[in-house]
Parts: sequence; C-alpha cells; structure tokens
Amino acid sequence: MVPTDTAISVNGLEKSFKDLKVLKKIDFKVKKGSIFALLGPNGAGKTTTIKILSTLLKPDKGNARVSGFDVIIQSDQVRGEISLTGQYAAVDEILTGRENLQMIGKLRHLSDVNKKAEELLARFDLLDAADRPVSTYSGGMRRRLDLAMSLLGSPSVIFLDEPTTGLDPQSRLTMWEIIKNLKDSGITVFLTTQHLEEADQLADRIAILNDGKIVAKGSAAELKKMLPHGHIELKFSDEKDLQSVGNLLADYETNLNKEIRTLVIVTDGSIKQMTDILKQLETAEVDITEFTQKPPTLEDVFLSIISKKEGK
Amino acid sequence: MEVIKKHFFSDISVMLGRSMRHIFRSMDTIITVTIMPIAMMLLFVYVLGGAIQTGTDNYVNYLLPGIMLISIANGIGYVSFRLFTDLQQGIFDRFHSMPIARSAPLWGHVLTSLVSNAISVVVIILVALIMGFHSSAGVLSWLAVVCILALFTLALTWIAVIAALSAKSVDGASVVAYPLHLLPLISSAFVPTKSMPSAVRAFTENQPVTSIVETIRALLLGQPVGNDIWIALAWCVGIMLVAYFFAMRTYKKRL
Repeated sequence: MVPTDTAISVNGLEKSFKDLKVLKKIDFKVKKGSIFALLGPNGAGKTTTIKILSTLLKPDKGNARVSGFDVIIQSDQVRGEISLTGQYAAVDEILTGRENLQMIGKLRHLSDVNKKAEELLARFDLLDAADRPVSTYSGGMRRRLDLAMSLLGSPSVIFLDEPTTGLDPQSRLTMWEIIKNLKDSGITVFLTTQHLEEADQLADRIAILNDGKIVAKGSAAELKKMLPHGHIELKFSDEKDLQSVGNLLADYETNLNKEIRTLVIVTDGSIKQMTDILKQLETAEVDITEFTQKPPTLEDVFLSIISKKEGK
Repeated sequence: MEVIKKHFFSDISVMLGRSMRHIFRSMDTIITVTIMPIAMMLLFVYVLGGAIQTGTDNYVNYLLPGIMLISIANGIGYVSFRLFTDLQQGIFDRFHSMPIARSAPLWGHVLTSLVSNAISVVVIILVALIMGFHSSAGVLSWLAVVCILALFTLALTWIAVIAALSAKSVDGASVVAYPLHLLPLISSAFVPTKSMPSAVRAFTENQPVTSIVETIRALLLGQPVGNDIWIALAWCVGIMLVAYFFAMRTYKKRL
C-alpha cells in the first residue's frame, strides 16, 4: 500500500522506443505538497517519465501511482487529479488568453468558467493581454497562461516539463515565484529541469536522471555534499609559464591544456585552498591573462557522481 | 469513466467551438472554401457558360452540385492542417492528460469539418439562388442531397485524418487535398462527359465524383436518379468505412 502522504510513487519503471532504452528501472517517491525536481541533461528520459506519469505513455515494465491511482489501470482517475504543462507551452495560438482558459474550464466542467478565467488572468498578470490572440504573446506570457490553464479544475499534482526553458532571466524569476506559490497552496509540483540552480532554488527533493537511470537523489543540501566545489581556470600568454605553474601546483588535481594554454585546478572551494593557490601564483611571477572561478556545472555533477560510483 | 462518457458530447462541442473560431479567424480558409468556389461559379456561368452545351436551359442548375463538391474538397486540406498543427503544438497532449474521452479531440475535428462545410455549402446555394438557380426538389430530395453531401464530407474527412496522423510536416499533411481538388474537375461537374475523348470519358464516368454529381443534380432538378444514387452511396460509404478504420487504427497506435 502507498502511504497517504505520498503523491507520486514510481517502482522499477522501464520504457524503450524500439531498440533504444530510455528508462532503465527508475524508482522514486514524491511527498504530497512538496516540489520534486527531476534533474538531467537532454535525452536523459525526463520527458518520457513525465509522459508516463501523466498517462500519455504506457511503461513497458514497472508501475507508477499518482495520488494513489495506478497510471495504467486507473488512468481516468489519474487524469482527474493532475495537470500537465508540457515542454512547449501547449496553448491555442489562435484563441485569446481568455478563450484558452474558458475552453479548458469547460472541458473540466467547471461552473462559473468566466469568473475563474478572470481570476486566473489577474493572478498571472495577463489581464491586459486577455483578449489578444496568444500568437502575439511573449514566451513568458505563454508560460504563465499555460500554467493558469493547468490550475483550472484544482489539480492535486502538477507536472511541469522544463518550465523555464527558453525564458529570459526576468521571466524565469517570475516563474520561480509562481511555482513556489503553487506549493504554498498545497499542490504537489513535479518538474524537470536541466539546471542545477533551478532545482536548488525550487525543489524539496531532487533526483538526478542520467541516461535513463537515477544516479542520485536527496535534498539539495544532501546532493551538494556529493558535488565537487568547482574549479579555477587560468589562462597564460606563455607556454613556459603554464608549465611552471603546473609544476608548482602539483599537490592539486590539475588539468593542463597546452593548445589553449589553460590550466584547470580542482579545489574544495575553501578559502584556505584559495589563499594558498593565490599565494603560490604571486610568488611564481608569471603572466596570467585570465583568472576564472567556475561553479560546478551539471556536467561536473554527473562526472563526479559517476566517477565515484565507478571508483567503488 | 461514467463521468467521462456523460460529458462526451459537451466535450466535443467545446472542441467544435474552438475549431470553428480557428476557421472564422483564418481569411485563407474562408477564401479557399467559400469565396473561390463562388468565384468559379461566377466565372463558369457568366464567362465560359455561354459556350458550354449541357442540354439544360439553366447552366447554374447544371453547375451547382459540382461547385458544392469543390468547396468540400477545398475544405479537406484544412482539416489535415488543423489536426496536424494540434498534434505538433502539444495541445493534444494537454487534452489527453485531462479527464475527457481520448477520442473527443479527434471527433471535434471531424464534426468541425461537417459543420464548416455545411456553412459554406449553404452560402454557395444562396449565391446560386441569386444567380438564378431554382430547384423543383421536394423535402425528401433535399434530405437525400444533404445526406450524400454529409457522407462525401465524412469520407474525405477521414482520409484527411489519416494524412494528418501519418504526416511528418505541414506540407505533407495538406498535400492530400490536391488530388481531391482535381476529381471534381475531371468529372461531369462542368460539362457532360459526352464531349470527352474516350479514355478521359472512361475515367470520368467511373470515378466517384461523377456519380455523386449526377445524383445531386437529378435530385435537385426533380429528375429520376436511376442507378447513380446507389453507386454514389456505395462510393461514399465504402471510402468512409475504409478510411475510418485506418484512421482510428493510426490514432490509437499514435496515442
């Protein structure tokens, strides 16, 4: 039995398209009223997972439950509990924003469709554009309308497939605020993202999906402990300088690239290490053209997690 | 499940309302399905008509059935176009993740095809009346005409659905319309088949549009329909059933 505080539970889910295995036995649970992020690069299987959970695709093996209902056997009940906001804003371009909301409201058989549409238009800052065709909307407005449409019919679980992909930074921040507000109103949010920062900002729990497998799961803080702390990148004008600094910092894990005269130094991110490296650079009296500190990227995370696993 | 069945027709009517808005906001669609056939009717009656010997005293009476079929055939390309666009833009995914019948979005498109074609045919008949069309047909004959036109529309619509479901691009989805545009032209819609060379005549006399045109013309003019009505019905129902079967199979496989 699924405990009642679980909104989504996934067990041994597998899916292939022809010969391509997209999901290779994935498991996870999402707590009711929380934000869960499925983090992974393009092609990891994020959209496939969302499509299975929102009853658009059938898994080959394994099972999944949403709000206690089985996505295969009880798909109609699942559809009554959820809303899906796909990767590309699934809005009707020719209709106006208001008409889009009214259409979804009628399909959900709500009473007071016009009033609810008006409320959502106001809540998502779309009143001025309400009676314009959606084809004239900006990317951010489309996303907001898309989400407003998803909220009609009070779903208990909302699926957001890469909700901020293609948005400008300002719209992205607005979207983050909206998503946090959804959680405050008690809705369970399941989102996918390619950005570590986004998962970090929004999610209570994160699962990292790579090549159809969940390689790590936990809270943002838990995952960060597993991460490398980024690296320092130095660029030199002279190859000799590059070589001598490389020798000087032999205690550190470094990567020397002669072609672009760049030295990458992996650090633990502590001030102590930084000061030590800077001091050594100062005494070396070399000509450094560029100094950059890089935060860990999603790629670093995968590499680090995968290399740790292989090391075991 | 019961709830979903209960709302099936209201859901389809929401879909219909949506697609009808698409049509009324697309000048291109209105021109192709209504204005173009009317322009053709004007052209044939007032420019070319004088030179065409049909054996009837009123060329509008002769021409109208063919113009109605051309209008319907023109509308078919837009059915594929609309369905294909829906599949591409992800709005079908949204509908399919909602508690409505899986086939409701598809039936919405089919119903839209029927309703929109009915509207353009009515407009064309009104223009024809102004141009001197008159019919001695009774209520039953008119009903038979409506039935045949509806069956013809449905048959072509299901072909359009197959095209939209299996197409890889918008162009691929709409290309289905071109051969359908030609069929009324190579039939007895404009001129009697007697004047045609024997090879063309063999084709025109045995293709579906000719028997449909002949049947509608006879019904509207109050003449005996003979065997043509059965041939016309057999074509329409046959094509409709085969196309429906393949369309539904593709739809279920795809979604």
